[in-house]
Amino acid sequence: MGWAMTAPLVVFFGLAALAVIGAVSLILQKHPIHSALSLIVVMVALAGLYLLMGAEFVAAVQIIVYGGAIMVLFVFVIMLLNAGVEEHTSLSKMAGPPGLLLVLALAGFIAATVARSGASVQAATQTGALSSTKGISEMVFKDFVYPFELTSFLVLVAILGATVLAHREKS
Amino acid sequence: MRALLTTNAELVITIVKIALLLFIVLTVNAYLTWFERKVVAHIQSRWGPHRVGPHGLLQPLADGLKFLFKEDPTPAGVDKFVYFLAPLLALALALTSIAIIPFGPDPIRLFGHDIYLGIAPLNLNIGILALFAITALGVYGVALAGWSSNSKYPLLGGLRSSAQMISYELALTMSVVGVLLMAGSFNLRDIINAQARHPERGILGWNIWPQILGFFCFFTAAVAETNRVPFDLPEAESELVAGFHTEYASFKFAMFFIAEYTSMITVSCLCTIMFFGGWLSPFPASWTVTHYLPSVILIPFGLWVIMDGVRYETIFGRLVLPAMGTAITALGLVLIVFPQVNAFIQAPFWLLSKILTFLFVYVWMRGTLPRFRYDQLMAFGWKLLLPLSIVNVILTSFVILAKMQWGGQ
Repeated sequence: MGWAMTAPLVVFFGLAALAVIGAVSLILQKHPIHSALSLIVVMVALAGLYLLMGAEFVAAVQIIVYGGAIMVLFVFVIMLLNAGVEEHTSLSKMAGPPGLLLVLALAGFIAATVARSGASVQAATQTGALSSTKGISEMVFKDFVYPFELTSFLVLVAILGATVLAHREKS
Repeated sequence: MRALLTTNAELVITIVKIALLLFIVLTVNAYLTWFERKVVAHIQSRWGPHRVGPHGLLQPLADGLKFLFKEDPTPAGVDKFVYFLAPLLALALALTSIAIIPFGPDPIRLFGHDIYLGIAPLNLNIGILALFAITALGVYGVALAGWSSNSKYPLLGGLRSSAQMISYELALTMSVVGVLLMAGSFNLRDIINAQARHPERGILGWNIWPQILGFFCFFTAAVAETNRVPFDLPEAESELVAGFHTEYASFKFAMFFIAEYTSMITVSCLCTIMFFGGWLSPFPASWTVTHYLPSVILIPFGLWVIMDGVRYETIFGRLVLPAMGTAITALGLVLIVFPQVNAFIQAPFWLLSKILTFLFVYVWMRGTLPRFRYDQLMAFGWKLLLPLSIVNVILTSFVILAKMQWGGQ
């Protein structure tokens, strides 16, 4: 099978490069706001990749929830706290070399897995049930309704806990 | 070259459509400022702009040139990258959201291709979700502008504004769920078509009647989302100078301005599509007489412009206004003479008139309503709009369920 650069492939590599660059920039940026912005770039690039695989709903939700709601809160908190340029302590500098080793190990592991599977690695083009909103809702509200409800209960508990912790009685 | 054009026809058509829509939207934006200034002036018993060109019609051009030629200082201590990124982001996202809007049901047949009005593909099944995704990112333009300016007022304005946009986004999203339930689709075209299920009902078939609660929540939240009066706290000039864009001058300021007006247009489009039948005519489908309505409006309006033009004070106005009037009258006559063109123009005509009505309501509110206080604004969003929109979702789903159980539909 030859490598023909089809349009989806070009878009894929563009988005993948964007995601990787964003992720690297997230770590290398000195200022928290710049890091947060890099993370948003990663999120949007991932949404593009989902869209490329035909998972429209997941792509939209990725941007609305991660790109919009969660990252806005990140940026908001950084703005409110007026966080400055991050400080490097001796401990955080020590974390460099082991971290690099871990990255290499992970990359090697992934490369080895891909190499071992060889030709059997298939391109994920259509994601089946995930591609349509109907499929997703049937999965969430029919097949996995109990785990889903339990998760939402857990989230509710977390929200209540956060409210209780944040809301101090004025005495 | 020719082969390239034919193999990539879809791409070429889309690029041309984008360029055309961009041009139209930016022009409409410019004249929206003129429209707003005129209407607000008349509400306040003034004349509004009338010096530059006949009836001040060249005022937007003068404003645009002014924005281009003004000095563009960058304040000391700003975060350069983010400072330049913010207006770009605001404008780009506002303009992108227009691409999702469909402007007509039928394609134009040109060079052997069916060209639909609107950029997004027909089967964009996440239509409204894509719009919300773009709106969700829109907060960054405001928040980052406020933060990067390295100044107190913009920071406060940016914080207020992002808090407001986050709060009202919830109500905005919840309020359309009722419409989505009724249409059974996120696709904007499907949502309009769902309102045409009973063509003989005309205006009575629109979503506004069953979803009046949803419309109230949606429109209020949308006005807040676009930072317009009475929710324009981010730029409350008596408290915060100009809010998040205080430190922006020249064309960077203009970019925020254009972004705001573009989102006004988007919201008007959405209101029309979700609740007021989109491009559907308010009359029953069997009334073909109403197809002449565009002409009936255009011809008298054109004649009136001619009448007004020949008596205008300046010679320039006496030349330009009658010419415009003649063009408008001619357009009206063309619609009568060519029934095919007239039939095609019906849908865009209704869509545009409804959008224009909503834009007028926007301006009308600005001319008449006082601003909310910040705590009132937050209480209104969280304690009234959000519960109301949730009630609307529950009510709608119950009615739909009841219809499925007993209505035999």
